[in-house]
Amino acid sequence: MNMLEIEGLNVWFGTARDRVDAVKAASFSVAQGQSFGLVGESGSGKSTILRAITGLAPTWSGKITVAGQPVLAKRSKSFFKTVQMVFQDPYASLHPRHSVDQVLGETLYLHGFKDIDARVVKLLDDVGLGQKFRFRYPHQLSGGQRQRVAIARALAPEPTLLLLDEPTSALDVSVQAEILNLLVDLRQEHHLTYLMVSHDLSVVGHMCDSLAVMKDGEIVEIMDVAALRRMEATHPYAQHLLQASV
Amino acid sequence: MERLLDIENLWVKFPTRQGIFDAVRGVSFSLGRERLGIVGESGSGKSMTGRAILRLIRSPGMVEADHINLDGENILAKSEKDMRAVRGQRISMVMQDPKFSLNPVMTIGEQIIEAYRLHSKASKADAHAKSLEMLEAVSIRNPERVMRAYPHEMSGGMGQRIMIAMMLIPNPEILIADEPTSALDVSVQRQVLDIMDRLVKERGMGLIFISHDLNLVADFCDRVLIMYSGRIVEVCEADKLHEATHPYTRGLLNSLPRLDAPKDRLEVLRRDPAWSEAASVSGRV
Repeated sequence: MNMLEIEGLNVWFGTARDRVDAVKAASFSVAQGQSFGLVGESGSGKSTILRAITGLAPTWSGKITVAGQPVLAKRSKSFFKTVQMVFQDPYASLHPRHSVDQVLGETLYLHGFKDIDARVVKLLDDVGLGQKFRFRYPHQLSGGQRQRVAIARALAPEPTLLLLDEPTSALDVSVQAEILNLLVDLRQEHHLTYLMVSHDLSVVGHMCDSLAVMKDGEIVEIMDVAALRRMEATHPYAQHLLQASV
Repeated sequence: MERLLDIENLWVKFPTRQGIFDAVRGVSFSLGRERLGIVGESGSGKSMTGRAILRLIRSPGMVEADHINLDGENILAKSEKDMRAVRGQRISMVMQDPKFSLNPVMTIGEQIIEAYRLHSKASKADAHAKSLEMLEAVSIRNPERVMRAYPHEMSGGMGQRIMIAMMLIPNPEILIADEPTSALDVSVQRQVLDIMDRLVKERGMGLIFISHDLNLVADFCDRVLIMYSGRIVEVCEADKLHEATHPYTRGLLNSLPRLDAPKDRLEVLRRDPAWSEAASVSGRV
């Protein structure tokens, strides 16, 4: 079964003269349990696809299907239980005046969980932080620890599809290795499906099973990671991107 | 080799409630007409080293050094007023994040023209033409439109290229680039590096390239200093970076995912407290 299906997705910003078509007729599908990568240069629309799925970019047309359910303009509560997103910059995506406990507790409360205390403890253990970080504020955490909190928050509603928007690009390579290992482990433990945006082809090669290459809002090529490793891209832009990243 | 910049025993200190924190601890290196890379993780003191050279560290932060010589002149002895003639004109710096380094309420054009006219007596029309030319040089597709735009209308990659254009327009002797390409895509990264490379060669500039990206530095620079907790742990020729011997450098190299060598788990760096105790290696030539 396909966890996520996207058909003829268009996303635009602005109107008339200022209209920018950020995504043009994008189509792809991600099978249950798969990890799918979106690569391309900045402004190619890869993050916009994630934002359109979650509802952060409200002006879109086309068809988005998550776990067999078509996504409508008004997203249901169950949608947000199924789909969660981890953002690029852990320095910007956590509320500076909320402790880790508040961040996770509020998410759990909003999703109607009753055993919040036990779940906060479990979430922190799951992302390898442990209890002593529970009452800290974001400024008392390093970048890697913050990203772990952001991942814990995304895991709180027990989603099946995680949207990862450049989850390690703000981190050091040594910390990146830890977070990527964590994401690989979590995917196995929780049977998650990943849709990951990255500009780093080697990160996508490490994390994903297949990927789509985007340019100027269009998907120019979809290939699997084996082909990526063999450097077998057919579209000239994809070839150019492969060469530039080695 | 001619020494543009010569630094001996540089310390950067910050007083905190827990006592004095040493961000940079006794670093020595020199810069010729070359591309010198400084790599290390966040918190290793690489950005602080760059800022100390321009005397951008403000009180209560303290900069101490035996000397920081720019063409034989110790810039630590200069007055704040004389420093203004150094900053931008002789040593220029491209900062990490265009979002925080560009003025949000001025158009790009106004900012570049201001940077140019501050150091030269050019007329507004000349400055405008020169700015357009510079924007084109950093491969911005539609410079006329960009000149009229505000920073928030630019993508991160464009913002960074605008910063580079602005810093290069007064034609400095030394360019300090602090993670100039970390916000850029691989394809654009190459272009920006090529532009900087050309300038270093054509104008005989010295470049200090601060980055956390080992592969990029190995590829782009001539010589590399590897910093860890405020000290230089290893100095090597950039093309021999992959043969580096220090366990910290090796750990960083091994933690990178590679397309040509897939593995299930990435290696995680194990830190040895002895690394931060060992004396700093000199990077002077």
